[in-house]
Amino acid sequence: MKYQLQLVFKSQKFVTGFVIFAAVFLLILFYPLLVTKNPLEMTGGLFYKPGTYVSVTDAVDTQSYKINKDVVTGKLTKSVTAEEQQLMRDWLLNYCPEVKPEEVSDAKKAYDIIELWLQYYDKTVEMEGATKAVKNQYVRLYDKVENILESEGYIVSRKNAETGEMEEVAAIETKEFVNVKDIPNRVTFPLGTDNFGRDVLTELVAATRTSLKIGLLAGTVATAIGLTLGLLAGYVGGMIDNVITFITNMFTVIPSFIILILIASGLGQAGRGAMLVAVVIGFTSWPWTCRSVRAQTISLRNRDHVNLSKLSGHSLPRIVLTDILPYVASYVVMAYILQIASGILSEAQLSMIGLGPSTNKVATLGLMMNWAMQFQAPLSGAWWAFIPVVLSIAMISFSLNLMNTGLDQVFNPQLRE
Amino acid sequence: MAKSNEIFLGGKGVTKVYGFGDKKTVAVNKVDFEFHKGEIVSIVGESGSGKTTLAKMLLGLHSVTAGEIYYNGELRDIRSPRKKRAYWKGIQAIFQDPFSSFNVFNRIDTLLLDCINMRGQKNLPYDKKVELMTQACGFVNLKFAELTRKYPFELSGGQMQRLMIARIFLLKPRILIADEPTSMIDACSRATILDMLLKLRDEIDMTIIFITHDIGLAYYVSDSVYIMEHGIFVERNTADEVILHPKADYTKRLIKDVPKIYEEWDLSTV
Ligand SMILES: Nc1ncnc2c1ncn2[C@@H]1O[C@H](COP(=O)(O)OP(=O)(O)OP(=O)(O)O)[C@@H](O)[C@H]1O
Ligand SMILES: [Mg+2]
Repeated sequence: MKYQLQLVFKSQKFVTGFVIFAAVFLLILFYPLLVTKNPLEMTGGLFYKPGTYVSVTDAVDTQSYKINKDVVTGKLTKSVTAEEQQLMRDWLLNYCPEVKPEEVSDAKKAYDIIELWLQYYDKTVEMEGATKAVKNQYVRLYDKVENILESEGYIVSRKNAETGEMEEVAAIETKEFVNVKDIPNRVTFPLGTDNFGRDVLTELVAATRTSLKIGLLAGTVATAIGLTLGLLAGYVGGMIDNVITFITNMFTVIPSFIILILIASGLGQAGRGAMLVAVVIGFTSWPWTCRSVRAQTISLRNRDHVNLSKLSGHSLPRIVLTDILPYVASYVVMAYILQIASGILSEAQLSMIGLGPSTNKVATLGLMMNWAMQFQAPLSGAWWAFIPVVLSIAMISFSLNLMNTGLDQVFNPQLRE
Repeated sequence: MAKSNEIFLGGKGVTKVYGFGDKKTVAVNKVDFEFHKGEIVSIVGESGSGKTTLAKMLLGLHSVTAGEIYYNGELRDIRSPRKKRAYWKGIQAIFQDPFSSFNVFNRIDTLLLDCINMRGQKNLPYDKKVELMTQACGFVNLKFAELTRKYPFELSGGQMQRLMIARIFLLKPRILIADEPTSMIDACSRATILDMLLKLRDEIDMTIIFITHDIGLAYYVSDSVYIMEHGIFVERNTADEVILHPKADYTKRLIKDVPKIYEEWDLSTV
């Protein structure tokens, strides 16, 4: 046993898979200890992008510092969009009589092109062939940029609660900064928010945890049923074998995913708790474990060590447990790992077609995908709502499969290259 | 050698067919036999003649396709698990391939302790059990102190076979079916091992059914010899008769294949 474990941990594939899995596992274990908020709490709004959000009024109230920095360049680059820069480029090339084309092509950076445009732009220049709307667009763009350049800062005023008059509270200059740490109200969404305005990272950790639980439960149920029936059918044989083989074959003819869909929809929206879904998944995926355990048991039951055990007067359960089970154990462990992975994938598939766990108390990886798709996250460019979920599913399933391959190479040395 | 006329284990028309249709193999074909109490019987035949199959049927590990087996003067009845277990109290075996005879997950101690438990000495204090195990190992020239806590795959093939004999020593069955018990043992120790079996037979008045492909060995140990060819007994008689006046062609061929059969018997050459 100890020797086998040593052998297993010598396999690079297994160790890689194990490390990835352990990392995921430690994350879902320790993250909730550090971030104690409810993963389903709706803190933000629809698809806020990743980042730290600070309260604007807090920023006004917070003590400010003068910092000598060219704020205009930064602001210009940030607030003049790529399309607007393209508009400027178009104007310079098409309507401007004075500018040389090399000058335009030399201006690569956002600030350079803005500067060049400001230098030459004149609203009185005749724009031949341009519609009124296009002309107005340029005027508005000029005003906007002008405002940024001229900005003297802001006067902040507040309505007096008694008199109803506006009173000046603060004057903010352009070079005034506040320290983000001083602002009491800050929210960080490292992976943005989802369609319900929940913090995606916290939700993802909770979902991974639930999905792993589902996979573990589904894998355990499937392996337990498959192992028990496989051993029984293989060792006892006869009528019991016929019945079990018949059931297994039935499951083979009807794809288990179809059965899964039927049961899941039969349970109804209200009846599908996460753990029940896991049990249902496990209940539909045992046949292949059963079939291979049965095949291995049949090849073992006529071995002489089993015969010797019989001659020693051992009972049937004892023979199955001590003379058959240890010989199939390594295989069963590998099958178990695959069952966990496929349990997680099954849940995701089920949830994607709307038959996953219905409870709004937990998130699962599949449900997160489902929500992201329903609210068209890909269309709104909200990659953070689904890419991390896809990556989590891929990583867990990759690590489990890697572990399985590693084990396979240790236990079936003929497969080694 | 102790031998009575009582038929201890007998068979009439015992047949074993493996597979169906095209793949049908008749491994044992309508054989009759009578083994007497205290006798050493050899079943001799070349590879694939059905010796192991017959042995498994005698042991009740394989079902009998046709025919009857008699045990202790009555038709053998091992239909229920309980009756089977009772049957196995009296009949034991040493299997042909020592490497597959052991559960590789159990220590050697487990195997030997099982035998002691089976003798009904489960409640013996542990040092008494160790004493018994040491004695059994000593009987086959093994040192229990060296074997204890070891796993079967840490032993050599010959050590495994000797351990199997030690197991028989502990169990003291009334019938032993030994399927080529010395196949892994070098020629010198082979004689020793056979002598051990013979000594054991004398000690506990055991009936031994000795399976071998080596007619010389059969002659050396047995009272009567059955010659098996393609699942059929082509000749059965006392050892002397079979060797000195063989009737079947097959027997003659077997004898011819053994060099120096009529000369002074030298075990180290077989
Ligand atoms: N489980 C089985 N299924 C099908 N055929 C079998 C099985 N066991 C044995 N046979 C066939 O039965 C025949 C007799 O085999 P058996 O093992 O009894 O021979 P044997 O005399 O013991 O040979 P050896 O000296 O090599 O051990 C062989 O042709 C073999 O192929
Ligand atoms: Mg054989």
